[in-house]
Amino acid sequence: MSTTPDRPEEISSGLVEVGYLPDAATSLVAFLAIKLGKPILVEGPAGVGKTQLAKSLAETLGRELVRLQCYEGLDEAKALYEWNYRKQLLRIQAEAQDTGWQEVQDDIFGEDFLLERPLMTAIASPDPVVLLIDEIDKTDQEFEAMLLELLSDFQISIPELGRIEASTMPLVLLTSNNSRELTEALKRRCLYLWIDYPSLEHELEIVRLHAPELDEKISRRLVEVVAMVRELDLKKPPSIAESIDWARALLLLGATDIDTKTFNETMSIIVKHRTDIDIVAERVGVKLDSDGDGSGAAAS
Amino acid sequence: MPPPPDKRPSREASRRAALFSEPLANPLDAGLTAHLVEFGEELRGEGVALGTSELLDAFSALPEVAWNEPTLFRETLAATLAKSPEDRAIFDLVFERFFFRATELAALNTGIGEAGSGSGDGEGSAEIDIEALREQIARAIAEQNEGALRDLARLAIAAFAQPGEGSGVLGVDVQRIRRSLGLRTDPQGDVPEDDPRAEGLPREGIRRFEQLLRQELERQQIERTSTLPAARPLHELDRALPSGPLQDLASVHRVVTQLKRRLKTQGQEHRGHRRHAHVDIRRTMRASLQTGGVPITLRYRPVRPRRPELFVICDVSTSVTSASVFFLSVMHALHDSFRKMRSFVFIERVSEVTEVFERERDFKAVSEAIARDAGVADISGYTDYGRVWGELLEQIQDELHPRATVIVLGDARTNGRAPGADLFAQIAARAGRTYWLNPEPRLYWNYGDSVIDSYAQYCEAYECWTTAQLENFVKVLTAPEATRP
Repeated sequence: MSTTPDRPEEISSGLVEVGYLPDAATSLVAFLAIKLGKPILVEGPAGVGKTQLAKSLAETLGRELVRLQCYEGLDEAKALYEWNYRKQLLRIQAEAQDTGWQEVQDDIFGEDFLLERPLMTAIASPDPVVLLIDEIDKTDQEFEAMLLELLSDFQISIPELGRIEASTMPLVLLTSNNSRELTEALKRRCLYLWIDYPSLEHELEIVRLHAPELDEKISRRLVEVVAMVRELDLKKPPSIAESIDWARALLLLGATDIDTKTFNETMSIIVKHRTDIDIVAERVGVKLDSDGDGSGAAAS
Repeated sequence: MPPPPDKRPSREASRRAALFSEPLANPLDAGLTAHLVEFGEELRGEGVALGTSELLDAFSALPEVAWNEPTLFRETLAATLAKSPEDRAIFDLVFERFFFRATELAALNTGIGEAGSGSGDGEGSAEIDIEALREQIARAIAEQNEGALRDLARLAIAAFAQPGEGSGVLGVDVQRIRRSLGLRTDPQGDVPEDDPRAEGLPREGIRRFEQLLRQELERQQIERTSTLPAARPLHELDRALPSGPLQDLASVHRVVTQLKRRLKTQGQEHRGHRRHAHVDIRRTMRASLQTGGVPITLRYRPVRPRRPELFVICDVSTSVTSASVFFLSVMHALHDSFRKMRSFVFIERVSEVTEVFERERDFKAVSEAIARDAGVADISGYTDYGRVWGELLEQIQDELHPRATVIVLGDARTNGRAPGADLFAQIAARAGRTYWLNPEPRLYWNYGDSVIDSYAQYCEAYECWTTAQLENFVKVLTAPEATRP
């Protein structure tokens, strides 16, 4: 059952219910996107919950999530639709010899022989869906151009069948890691949302939402350490999901404080490159020791 | 990309405002509409690519939210108008400037003044407990309480800046007030334990407070003189995103990845690959499975473009210390992407460091190894371009060929020594393309001992000290053969 919210706060509280703590801008943009029927372009560093935002929105709005994962070389056949050749061939072979060409043609280019790909599914769905086009920056510009028609008119033209128009307005989210500049034309059609790593307090709330049993003091210490690790020049800085994993792991281990020993043992949860591990062990491990003697809550 | 005609800034803002307000029968009154269009013009003036459709989006979005709330209003506009982190930074600055000025102008026009401010406020300030004020401000900064900071900024001005005492220069006044308040980032010992000042205040918070102080002073000045000062364009420094050197490193890598991708895909259409394309039997067979074993679609072996061979020569002398970190990181990133590449560093003499880059994956280790083993400084530690070109020519002249690209990273400051431009010309003549990236702004070129012009006649010289400029260079480097001069 899908609902339409009337105020940004409703989205905000809805997202919190399904375990996603949005900041004010996030819920506002999501609200505007639903109201105006415009796609959202979500950008930000890897691991700040861009994809999760789409999932949570789908959950809180009670809509189905249709996901299109982009990659280099993705083409229309994989994204829009494709004719089911095998079925068509079988159909022709099963046909009696004397059937006219026209009949066969009308028959095999029908919806029965159409393989729906994610974009098509999203358009054709009778209920409104959330369409997630993930990592749009990985595709080439041709594909982006193809998306333009879809995003502004929400329709797809199939030569043999005609135009398929969306009966309901899907909520479209495009995510990008900014590995390539997107075209102006695409940006112009979207609302823009930049999600950055959350502030200390915000991340603390997120961690507490997902690992409420963890001691308040350790949670705070944890997000401080994660923030410290993110400051370093790493191949892959820890994402929010990894902070949560780490919190859960500490809970399982029954840790009472994050000291150098605990940190070195569990570090592999947040840092996942050999060179990164060396850097982190060198820079953060030492810091933990010197901090540990003090109050332990050195908020800086 | 040339801007479409509708994006060009025009002075007919008011006429356009009328256009906008008509089809939208919504609570936005004409006054606000006009302001928003003006705001859009101002954003364009600062270089944000803003289309009419985006402004229309903003107009249709505003009625959906309770836009009389400041943050909602701002975020709604940001979501519809600013479409990249860079644009967002500019948006925030312009937003602050524009609406501040608009409010002040309206206040001037309607003759609303602040009662008691400007003159005869001496009594009020005498009652302010300075020490309590200091503590309150420190607390508000630590808690990042925007509303409280705004009020406290006014109190602070009332307390410390007596009318007539101001220096007339806002920046000086702001710093004076800040000093009298004792706002510092380092921990202060002589305050109670629970005071936020004991641990030092966040730099960001203090900066914000200074901004508010400046705004408030500016407002009072406007009120005194009853005129709006001329609008200043954004400063280049304000415009840049706040970023540390580490983030720069990451963005250099990003640009170079882009360079690699461009080089990989560039100019395919010019190469006539259809002529000698070979059918890829394996992929054709695979594709034919979809059509019941009938090979309807032929698959071809992709034709790989020949990679250019790169020779990168980097100045690591003291005159370019700050830039050489940037350049070394460019080299480091290039090495990640190109296999056929040779790198050299030089000060007085030249030294090949290709091996160092190939051996060490870590940037820090690379720069350490170069500092340790390169042995490029002989006696004085000053760059000697003439000698460098001679040595370089000797080392690589047999390997230079028309497909090679030579990139020089340096400031072309010879310290009064012979530039050796004729030797450089020989290198450039043997190589296919030669580029010079200069870490100095174009303004300083050819001043003092810079002799960039004597080299620039043999190569293409670019200024390059930000990643944006590096990106620009990437575009030039990888532009298709046909358009290159």
